[in-house]
Amino acid sequence: MNRPSDLPAQALTAVALTVNGRQVELHCAPAKRLAYALREELGLTGTKLGCDAGDCGACTVLVDGRQACACLMPVAQAAGRTVVTVEGLAPDGRLNRLQRAFLRHGAAQCGICTPGMLMAATDLLTRNPTPTEAEVRDALGGVLCRCTGYRKIIDAVLATATAESDAAPPAAGNAVGHRLPRLDGPAKVTGTEAFGADRAPAGALFLRVIRSPHPRARFTIGDLAAFCRSHPAVEGVITAADVPENSFAVFPTPKDQPVLADGHVRFRGEAVLGLIGEETAIRAIPAEAVPIAWEVLPALETPEQALAATGDWLHEFAPENVLCRGRVVRGDAHGALAGAAFTAEGEFRTGHVEHAYIEPEAGYAEVFDDGGRTRVRVWACTQTPYMDKEEVARVLRLAPADVQVVPSAIGGGFGGKLDVSVQPLLAVAAWKMRRPVRMVYTRAESMVSTTKRHPARIRARLGCDRNGHLVAVDFAGDFNTGAYASWGSTVANRVPVHASGPYAVPNVRALTRAVFTHNAIAGAFRGFGVPQACIATEALMDDLAMQCGQDRLAFRLRNALRAGGVTATGQTLTASVGMARCLEVLAPAWQGALDAVGVRNQAAAGTPLRHGAGIACMWYGIGNTVIANPSTMTIGLNRRGRFMLYNGAQEIGQGTYTIMPQIAADALGVPVTLIDQIHGDTDRTEDAGKSSASRQTFVSGNAARLAALDLRRRLCEMIGLTPAAALELDGTTLVGREAGVVRRLEIGALATDARGDVASGRGTFNPPTVPLDADGQGVPYATYGFAAQIAEVEVDVELGTVRVLHVHAAHDVGRAINPTLVEGQIHGGIAQGLGLALMEEYVSGRTDNLHDYLIPTAGDIPPITTFIVEDPEPIAPYGAKGVGEPALIATAPAIFGAIRHATGVRVDTAPCTPDRLLRLLRGGAR
Amino acid sequence: MMRARYLQPGSLPEALAALDGGGTILAGGTDFHPARDARAAAEDIIDITRIPELRRIEAGTHAVRIGATVTWSDVAAASLPPAFDGLKAAAREVGGAQIQNVGTVAGNLCNASPAADGVPALLALDARVELASRAGTRSISLAQFLLGPRRTARAPDELVTAVIVPAWPPGARGSFLKLGHRRYLVISIAMVSAVVACDATGRVTRAAVAVGACSAVARRLPALEARLPGMPGTAAPESVQASDLDVLAPIDDVRGTAEYRIEAARVLVRRALAQVVA
Repeated sequence: MNRPSDLPAQALTAVALTVNGRQVELHCAPAKRLAYALREELGLTGTKLGCDAGDCGACTVLVDGRQACACLMPVAQAAGRTVVTVEGLAPDGRLNRLQRAFLRHGAAQCGICTPGMLMAATDLLTRNPTPTEAEVRDALGGVLCRCTGYRKIIDAVLATATAESDAAPPAAGNAVGHRLPRLDGPAKVTGTEAFGADRAPAGALFLRVIRSPHPRARFTIGDLAAFCRSHPAVEGVITAADVPENSFAVFPTPKDQPVLADGHVRFRGEAVLGLIGEETAIRAIPAEAVPIAWEVLPALETPEQALAATGDWLHEFAPENVLCRGRVVRGDAHGALAGAAFTAEGEFRTGHVEHAYIEPEAGYAEVFDDGGRTRVRVWACTQTPYMDKEEVARVLRLAPADVQVVPSAIGGGFGGKLDVSVQPLLAVAAWKMRRPVRMVYTRAESMVSTTKRHPARIRARLGCDRNGHLVAVDFAGDFNTGAYASWGSTVANRVPVHASGPYAVPNVRALTRAVFTHNAIAGAFRGFGVPQACIATEALMDDLAMQCGQDRLAFRLRNALRAGGVTATGQTLTASVGMARCLEVLAPAWQGALDAVGVRNQAAAGTPLRHGAGIACMWYGIGNTVIANPSTMTIGLNRRGRFMLYNGAQEIGQGTYTIMPQIAADALGVPVTLIDQIHGDTDRTEDAGKSSASRQTFVSGNAARLAALDLRRRLCEMIGLTPAAALELDGTTLVGREAGVVRRLEIGALATDARGDVASGRGTFNPPTVPLDADGQGVPYATYGFAAQIAEVEVDVELGTVRVLHVHAAHDVGRAINPTLVEGQIHGGIAQGLGLALMEEYVSGRTDNLHDYLIPTAGDIPPITTFIVEDPEPIAPYGAKGVGEPALIATAPAIFGAIRHATGVRVDTAPCTPDRLLRLLRGGAR
Repeated sequence: MMRARYLQPGSLPEALAALDGGGTILAGGTDFHPARDARAAAEDIIDITRIPELRRIEAGTHAVRIGATVTWSDVAAASLPPAFDGLKAAAREVGGAQIQNVGTVAGNLCNASPAADGVPALLALDARVELASRAGTRSISLAQFLLGPRRTARAPDELVTAVIVPAWPPGARGSFLKLGHRRYLVISIAMVSAVVACDATGRVTRAAVAVGACSAVARRLPALEARLPGMPGTAAPESVQASDLDVLAPIDDVRGTAEYRIEAARVLVRRALAQVVA
């Protein structure tokens, strides 16, 4: 047996082992961790790194058949042993049974946890081919997934024991509505998908950022030349002085965040300086060795402090530390509340929530010569390649055309990758060094430096008349936006529009403030503040229902917005208002849940367990709040008789690389299997906006449809038929049929455009909106998603613990382009909503890892019953609206309603941790 | 900078010889790397996973001996008396399966986290820790071994070679309850292990209860343990008094308040006892 005894831990040695059936000899330090050895020495980048600490399981491989974290195992321990990675599951390229089941069930969304999940499941299935669900959960319990809510993963593992088989792809014209397995799925289940850390030019340097340990401080940088002399591993340093235009932000004003702080930091974790060199050597330099002298200043830690801090502003442009105020006022809320038969009020708080995608931010940048033009290329995980391009160009003072952004596959985003992170840092470093530079955030760096969900303090008052019709909502919310603007104004503007819920309310007064503090930057996170608001208002809806003596579902149904209804912004909703329908389809489940609660409570008599059921509704405007958010798509037909969709709608796990072709295929009337794609490279696709605001299906989907119709019209013209003709491809022959006429056109030799297409189509769509006036009156969104969810819970009143037993979710999505993907979004949203409700609270400096910051595991997500309601939106592609954010919003309030039903206490703080709940149960205050 | 070596001794004497000059002992590695971040090891790493005799569980008449590199999965799969049911339950709660497959019982003790999942069950079992160095071998109680957070009585040249659990009366039963914010991969807010032996009439003959994550080092509850013998087992859970937990000194942290921990610990003690006397 190879025994590298007595060898320096960091010196190279030969370690022989079997990897995926092949004998290999690794030449590396014996203490090098197996995950890094697999990735760097063998190029097996299917093994992912999410935390480097055994907390997430993304690096799970099989060692002698048993699952182990490759990030924890020194390579010397693998000597003489058999290692199997995800690349070993389909050695001949044929997907195995488990991989196929993952694709059928939609068990991979972003795909970053997929290799770990597959390996953990393989360990189980090898020893136990017919496991129970509990055994599957136990086997997968060590792998975190942030996208799927685990249910489809569990289903896929269980399905391997069944005779289930793959369905045929949809015929021409039948792609929309089909459960098409995701088209980018095979790469995700074989480990070939390239995420941010998986690709870099040979010889790329590594950039490590030194960050502020203080929330507020002034600093001076000492003698860097001396530092570099004493640390020869440092090949370059970047500071604020190296950044041509040292400011960025998601909106044109204010561009308030520096790439590298210039003498003043505003939050713990702010980037100060970059060290460039070989990764291991650069990482090994203690941060304290870098000559930075800090003058620590008293930080404004809370919005209360920041609002009271007379004259002490974080930013000159924001007096009183208020970034933005949001306001929607309709009717006379105060007057109506004074006359209301019943009123309910309360104050509610939520904390910082971390996106906790399993992929830390990563990428590379390089300066390259493009036919005599010097350009910068950035490869990074992002939800918004086109914004990255603008921001990188701005920071380097280049023309946007001089920047190319190539998005990697993205290992989860949820809003957290809607701000630039590594992109400008890498670009500045590569520009200065004139060499490729790569970087990968550590888990702690990812958590401390990127955005969070806004903590909220909400005071709200609702009133209804004697019959239970809402008469007024009075809502005031302060949102802690942290040190820089990011998406704070979006939260402040979106929340008031939604504050009255999916209900018809004649009198609404909803005011918000986004407040600067020296906290982590709060930005975009699935729902932009609406989930926080929904926690408050849905709790008060329960209050009113109880006061009226009405069933909680019936009370909501009585007040539900319907077609023809008018919203708080004065918008008349003319179509696709499925709120009532969602409640109606849930009614049997609601009655069943209430009955089950009775039975369970009887059975639990004499025990500390109490059961309850809760229900909550939500609505959500699809797309940006008024601000233009157009998408453009193009599609061509090439000489090989295949269509090429130039798809810039960034895939973030939600399925844009699958549903855009589904939409385009049906618009063309051809099988989806004839469509190839080029994805999101800013040199090769047009701007399809951000993957945010649940907008891609509706907005980019429309663009894809319009592009396909445009191409269709041209093809029909070319073949001499009207646009009503049916088209098909017989090899490289385009065949058109119309009213008994059949025309054929050989396209294999036709002239092509620069992209190689013989014909192409283009489509652009921007949702029609009307700007809001000073009272927030106007048409902020072209269409809205609606949903209602029921949670059934079991509360242990001695420990304050809550177990969610079942969630029933009804979502009006207009039309489900791909029901499997829609369900996947709903499951994943519910899992994040459950985390928000019960366990997730980010505390900078204390929870900068995935064992102190807790997200739900495979054992925490209950069975989920999904009801897809399709009330089509006339201006949407095939009627389809978004579901990404709507999926999450109703979950926490439904859980809190269930806790209240079980115990009688109204939860006023998220997360409702066991100690908080026990205090409430004992009659204590927050 | 010192050139650190990576050593993989193949036998115990080799390991002890290597340790003579100090060094960091590495077994499952589940706490080794996370504690180190990206920094290179500055001292020798002594990897003890290539020493076959350390990877054994030996169940004898008088004691069960758990070798230093026995993993949590090994414990979960082992055939052990019911007194070990608490330890086996703890074995399934240490991280996820991929941690249990490599993480060791002895390593969990040496890491000396106040929230170490393995400690309460082994404390309740009256486990002893066997330490060896070139100078010889000694065995001390686990309570003596654990000095504080991240501190043990192991001398720099000593290797923990085994955890030894003296036999309990036949029929003694053990339990373990862990309270956390989620189902898997969780650092506990509080945890309790109980081991109780009863006579033929159901009266308690011997009882041990330990609480973890509620003090710098997991603690036994001596007042409660003194009260239980002679009592009908079924009466044990309800006999728990608030003052029994006075030996604990929990802190406020992100997982819970001190006040909550004490209250939860009392509930868990009652339930852990109920499991073993039912």
